[in-house]
Parts: sequence; structure tokens; C-alpha cells
Amino acid sequence: MKEFKILAVVVILSLITYWGVEPFAHSQMHKHVEGHNFVYDGAADIAEATTEKAAAKKAFWGEVNQIAKLPGNAAAGEALFGTCMGCHNGAGINMGGVIPPVLDHAGSLYDKKYLIALIKDPAMASNVDHKYAVTMMHPMGAVQAMVTTPQQIADVVAYIKAKKVGKMTPQAAYEEACGRCHANRYGNLTQLGETPKFKTEKEALAHKLKVLDEQALVEKYMGKLPPDLSIMIRARSEHFMETFIENPQTQLPGTSMPRVGLTKEGYEQVKAYLEETGDPSKEARHAIGPWVILFFVIFTVLAYLWKKHHWKDLH
Amino acid sequence: MAHFDEKAKPFSHKWLNERMAVDTVKKVLSTEYWIPKDINFLWAMGMILAATFGLLIISGIFLLMYYQPSVDSAFDSVNYTIMNEVGYGWLWRHIHGVAASVVFLVIYIHMFTGIYYGSYKRGREMIWLSGMLLFVLFSAEAFSGYMLPWGQMSYWAGMVITNLFEGFSPTIAGGVANFPGFVEWLRGDYVPGQAFLTRFFMLHVFLLPLVIIAVIVLHFATLRIPHVNNQHGKEIDFDEAAKLYKEGKKKESKVIPFNPVFLSKDVFVMGVYFILFFYLVFFHFEFAMDPVNFDPADGLKTPAHIYPEWYFLWSYEILRPFNKDLGLIAFGFAQVAFFLLPFLDKSPVVAPANKRGLFKVWFWVMIVDMIVLTVMGKLPPEGIWTVIGLVAALVFIALFVALPFITKFEKKA
Amino acid sequence: MSNRRDFMGMALGSFAALGALGALYAAKRTWDPLPSVKSAGFTTIDLSPAQENVLVTEKWRGKPIFILKQPANAPKSDREIHVAGGRYLVVVGLCTHLGCIPAYVADKKQFKCACHGGEFDSLGVNTFGPPPRPLDIPPFKISGTSVILGETGPEYEKMLAAGLTLKV
Ligand code: HEM
Ligand code: FES
Repeated sequence: MKEFKILAVVVILSLITYWGVEPFAHSQMHKHVEGHNFVYDGAADIAEATTEKAAAKKAFWGEVNQIAKLPGNAAAGEALFGTCMGCHNGAGINMGGVIPPVLDHAGSLYDKKYLIALIKDPAMASNVDHKYAVTMMHPMGAVQAMVTTPQQIADVVAYIKAKKVGKMTPQAAYEEACGRCHANRYGNLTQLGETPKFKTEKEALAHKLKVLDEQALVEKYMGKLPPDLSIMIRARSEHFMETFIENPQTQLPGTSMPRVGLTKEGYEQVKAYLEETGDPSKEARHAIGPWVILFFVIFTVLAYLWKKHHWKDLH
Repeated sequence: MAHFDEKAKPFSHKWLNERMAVDTVKKVLSTEYWIPKDINFLWAMGMILAATFGLLIISGIFLLMYYQPSVDSAFDSVNYTIMNEVGYGWLWRHIHGVAASVVFLVIYIHMFTGIYYGSYKRGREMIWLSGMLLFVLFSAEAFSGYMLPWGQMSYWAGMVITNLFEGFSPTIAGGVANFPGFVEWLRGDYVPGQAFLTRFFMLHVFLLPLVIIAVIVLHFATLRIPHVNNQHGKEIDFDEAAKLYKEGKKKESKVIPFNPVFLSKDVFVMGVYFILFFYLVFFHFEFAMDPVNFDPADGLKTPAHIYPEWYFLWSYEILRPFNKDLGLIAFGFAQVAFFLLPFLDKSPVVAPANKRGLFKVWFWVMIVDMIVLTVMGKLPPEGIWTVIGLVAALVFIALFVALPFITKFEKKA
Repeated sequence: MSNRRDFMGMALGSFAALGALGALYAAKRTWDPLPSVKSAGFTTIDLSPAQENVLVTEKWRGKPIFILKQPANAPKSDREIHVAGGRYLVVVGLCTHLGCIPAYVADKKQFKCACHGGEFDSLGVNTFGPPPRPLDIPPFKISGTSVILGETGPEYEKMLAAGLTLKV
């Protein structure tokens, strides 16, 4: 049939154009980054490190992998965890540039090897060692003086992995993992957490000032204020988000954003929150879409019958 | 004075007929508006455009209910209020965004159909010119709408495109084509700011739609006398064919009435189109709603890759490989080239391109070149892409320069 | 012009109308007040600072709310709210005629509406002019010395049931 031939030409040309300006162009614009499935064993860091750093990274992650094999003692870890609580106490006080995160769900949110690495050397673990001449300058650097031996590290991590777990809401996951640096105004969150309702303008402005102060500290620490994440989920591709969170350096070399060390489960929760604030219509789209399309399929069938009727005695 | 029947019931058929000639109007506009029978689904593109324009207006009305044209709140009024809070606000926005993109695909199909079948000449020049005017107006409408969410792409597209109006370098021809201060006048500011946003808002929701509606009416009017073309470019005696049809000799007649016969086919094609359209609206909208525009406008940071929407890419690519002044000339050429088509084509033959010798080659090279330009326009300007882009731009210019010569020697068959 | 043509054309037309109805529903939902507007419709007002026969004006859902503490010797009424021993009139400060804001004339213990001359007594009952009914009482719930406007408590339900106010 001639019309089908014409249709084929139109469709093929349209598809070639689409392929060229979308999948192909984007593959050329963005460098491809392999994800590593939320496994933190240092392989990626070593691969991307400069030659002078590679040896140190190799040694560091080698030790981390060793510690991971030690059987940790959660009971012994509990006592040591007390030292962590000195800072990670939920008081919301900025320490060295940022408010230390609450660790209530740390066992679910963060990967085991990542936690080991973090306690051993926070700058190395979060892959921002390029920012610090010595790790002690890192806001969490002092941990090196508190939890020192491999066994101690294994114990604390065992404790966190055993006790600091549990079901968390997407918002809690987001606040613990990202919320101290990134605001999310569509979720009514600032670096200080949820913004309460204020009776008077004066109270509201006073709170705003506190937020600005906190943001100034974070900005000083990070070099620039980390962006608001309200609709980041639509501003970046899924692949970008995932690989960026696994290892920010791969997508933005030199960035001061630390690796957060999320487990797959933790990432899913954070992503769920980002979708809640940035793309809440997803569910509705998927629920309504098929019905609307079905409507037009039936519409088209009826229209075809109508057309056939009028055209049958024309030729 | 016409005769009025005193006894006719108010608003009855007769009453209306005496006052407004409804029967005649209906005949003229629909039941006896004759369309050649020998057409294919490509002739439904015009109605699809009209329907898509309707969708744009309806969805636009609902967006307008919560959109705020202020540089401080525009972004959140769209991305938070409309997308997160307003009931079905996301639906209107997705329909509006996807329709604005897809309408250009249909416009291009419609245009290239006209070129392929030679529907732009021999009495159909005004159809073509009014159509091209619609193309330009739609481009302006799309561009002004793109400013409104006030994201990074809005801001930087606004910056780059308005800067084109600076004109040529001051050193060219003693500076006659250099317009210092004009860009600021356009924007009402040194950079795209509040004044810029409000005036583009005005253009997008009022002035341009008004003009577009008027030109659509003009476009329809220009169709009336020459009638639409047909698949073989045959000249048809419409009076005779219409008489046959009205006598019931439908098989012998070469024409059909617009309503209901042609319309039934239009509506069927429209149905197929809407299936695709709503699939895109619900499940595949990224191509029409660029992720980069979900970052709020920042006048101190240009995004890593900026590029126009896909439908402007070909003309953008004609501008890009050259230095600024040459680029502007090439760009201007690209804008007027299609307007001039009826006058560049020197052949009197109205027939499908595939039956027109060298013009066949011209047509398909033009199509391929447009696609190559479009794809190159999006790729980063580096390495081999720049070379291909430059060649494609030169081919485009050569094509339109060569057209009069090619068509002059076409057989008069 | 066979029947079949009419039939197919009509079937298509009705089916399209069905779709239009769906679109109309979405349009109606778009026109609804936003969830944030609805959730902002609760205001807590502390009544204890009010003084006898001095009008206090607050705002609830964008409308003025009149709070008038009744003098101890004033006659009792079902329209008052009793909070911590005090008796208060809490009404929407919009004239029930056409919505202007009446002014309180303390000497005369009277609300006077400038727009068309309507008058209400200190309990908000219309006494003169075009207003068709007493000033409306907003939904309220008593909580300590405060009322939460927008929520409905048993006292409000009772007034509503007794026909002392329209639902606003
Ligand atoms: C949104 C804008 C437009 C609308 C609503 C529109 C609508 C229509 C309609 C309803 C028809 C008659 C049916 C058909 O042949 O498809 C038509 C025909 C035509 N249009 Fe357009 N059109 C638009 C834009 C354009 C553009 C951009 C061009 C090209 C410059 C164009 C060129 C033509 C030509 C040449 C015909 C005659 C086709 C023939 O005779 O076979 N139109 N248009
Ligand atoms: S509005 Fe008050 S008397 Fe008319």
C-alpha cells in the first residue's frame, strides 16, 4: 500500500532525527561513567588517582578490605560509639563547617566498607583528600585519634551495622545523608532541618538569619553553597544521580562534595525523597497514562470505521 | 433590504438563515468545500496542526492560572505550584511542553509535503507564504514560551538569541548594520531580567497567539481559491467534479466534500497521532522538557552545554561554523530561503518531486541536509562535527542558489 | 445518507464527548483551591487579652474576624463563646448583606455598616437595614483560653445545629 510506504518514510526520517538529537547527542555530550553497584572497595578511586596518589590509595583501601574481614564485636563497639556521640548528637550545632549527621539509621544508610574507611580516614573515604593536606583538618579528622586500632574500627562498625538500623522514611534518609549541606525548599527543608511555622514575621526572619548563618558556614567549608535539591531528580538523569552519589569525583572532577557511601537501599530511600519533592506526579502519570492511551485507541478505531463508511463507495 | 418572514420562530433554522445565511455558510465552509479525492494522510497534517494549536491554547489557559511572571517566583510557580500543588497541573504542563515540541515535527512534515508535491506554486504561492509566516510566528511563540519557566536554558537562550540582534561588527560597511543599544532596548535591561521576562510573557500569552490565530484564518482563506493540491499534481475542474459528486456519481467525481468525507479521514489520522502524542505526554517527555531547564536561572553560570530546542537546530547550525558576521548572513539566508521557494522554483511543473528529474535529487539532498544540520546543531562544536556541520551548511546554501538553475532546465512534461 | 453513517458519526462523537468530560474533570480539579491554601485555613487566637466592649480584629482565611468581650452585666446569649469565665462574641467581620466590613461603635454597642446602612447589636444580630441575618460565626474549637478557627468543636456544632449561624 502506497500510504504505508509514505508513512514508513516519514517515521524513519523522524526516528533518525530523534536518535540524532537525543540518545546520540547526549552520549556525545556527557562522558560515560560506569556505576559500581554501591560497592565501596576503592577500585574506582585507585583507577582515577594520579600516579603519586595511587600508591597511598591502594594501601589505604587494602587495609580497609583487611579490616572488613575482622569479626567485629558489637558490644565492645557500643562503648566506643559513645565517643562518636560527642559530635553526632543531633544538637544541630555546626562543627568545622557542617552539622554532624544524626546516625540513627547509619547502619542501613551507609555501606560497611565505607564506614570502616570513613572512621579510618574521613578524607580518603569520602574521596576529597585533594582538599586536605592532612586528614586532621577534615571536620571529622579527630576520629583518627579516638578510634585507632583495626579491631576498634571493626567493633564500632559492627555495632552500627547491628543496632543503628531500622525502617526510615525517605525524608529521614535524605536529611541524614544529604540534608545538612543541601536545602530542599519544596520539601520545606533547610540545612537546619524542617522550617517550622512562625506566628510573626519577626520570628520568621530570625529563623531565616540562622539559616543564612549556617549556609555561610557550609559555603565556607565547601567553597560554594551546595545547590538546593528540590527538583534535582528532573534536572539530572537517573544514571548521573546514581554514579554521582556513588562517587562525586567521577562526574565533577575536583568537586568538594564528599562521597556519602550510601548502600543501594539507602540510595533508593534518598531517591524516593527526591522524587517526592521533585517529581510527585510520577505515580499519577503511570496510573492515568494507559487509560488515556486506551481512550485514543478506541477513538481511532471508531474514527476508522466512520472513515471506511464514507470512503467505501468513492472508488 | 432582505425579506424577513415575520412568523419565523426566533432562533429557528429559517430565522437564522434569513439573518446569517447559515446554510450557505455551512456549504461554503464544509459540505461543499471540495477536496481532491487523490490525496493521502499527509494532507491531514494541516488539521493536526490546528488540533495541536487547540491543545496548546487549552493547556496554556490552565498554566496561566498559576504562573507568575516574576524573576523571583516564575521558576517555583511552575515547578512547585503547578507541578506539585495544582490538581492536574502537571498534566497541562506536560501537554503544553510536548505539544510545543511535536507541533514543529508536524509543521516540518507539512512543509516538506508541500515542497514534495509542488504545492507552493502555480496559484498556491499565498498558501505557502502565509504558511511560512505561521512557521516564523510559531518559532517566536515557542521561543518566548521557553523563557517563562526562568530556568538555566531559558536565561541563556534569552541571552544568546537576543544578542543576535546586535547586528554586524561595527567595522562592516562603516557600521550601518551595527545597532548599539538595540539589544538592551529589546530586553529592557542589560541582561535578561524582570522587564525581559514580563515582555516575553506578554508576547507569549497575548500578542503572538492573537496574530497566529489571524494568520491561521488567512492561511485557510488562501486555500479557498486554488484548493489543495493532490498526489499527482493534476489540475482539476472543481465545478465539474463537484457537479458529478452532487449527482451521486461519487466514483466518477475527482473530489469529495470536506465534511464529512475528508474530515472522517482527518479525524482518523488525528486519532493515530493522539495515541503517539499522549504516549509522549505520559511516558516520554524528556525530549521536550530539557533537564537543564530544571536548574533555576543563574546569570553568573552558563550550563556546560547549551543548545536550542531541536526544531531550531538546523538554522543554529548554519550560523555556528562561521565567524560572527558571516554566520549572521548565513543565518539570515536560512530564514528567508524557504520563503523564496515559489520564486526560486522556475519550473511550471506541479508534480511529486520523484517525477521531476533533478528536482528529485534536490529534494532528497535537502531533506538529508536538514537532518544532518539538525543533529550537528546539537553536538558539541568539536573535531569532526564542526567539519560535517560546515559542509552541511554550505550544501544548504548551495542548494538554494542552485534551485533556479535546476528547475529552469526541467522538462515541461 | 444511510443510518449507518449517522450511527458511526454519532458513536465517535459521543465517545469524544466522554473524553471531553474527563478533561473537564481535570479542569475542575485545577480550579480547586490549592492544598496549601486549605491547610493554611487554621488560625489559633488567644481570647484572654481582649477587654470588655473593645473590638479586636484578627484574620482567618483572609477574612476579618471580630472578637468582642461582652461586659459582665450584658444579657446572656447562645451566640457567645465561654472561655475561662469570659464571654466572647467571635464572628466573621463581614456584613451579611454584601460583604463590607461594619465598624463597631462602642458607645452605642453597635456595629454599623457604611455600605448600605446595615446595623447589628453587640451580639452580631442584625437590627436594622438590608442585612438578612446575624454576623456569621466561623467554625471554632476551644483550646484553653484560645479558639482554633477552622476546626469544629462541640460548642460550634451546637450553635450550627441550633441555626445560630450559617456554615462558612
Ligand atoms: C500551525 C500552523 C499551520 C496550520 C494550522 C496549518 C493548516 C493547514 C491546513 C488545515 C491545510 C489544508 C489541509 C492540508 O493540506 O494539510 C493547510 C495546507 C497547506 N499548508 Fe498549512 N498550516 C500551518 C502551517 C504551515 C506552514 C509552516 C507551511 C509551510 C510554509 C504551510 C503550508 C501549507 C501548504 C503549502 C498547504 C497546501 C497543501 C496542498 O495544497 O496540498 N502551512 N495548512
Ligand atoms: S454590605 Fe453592609 S449593608 Fe450592604
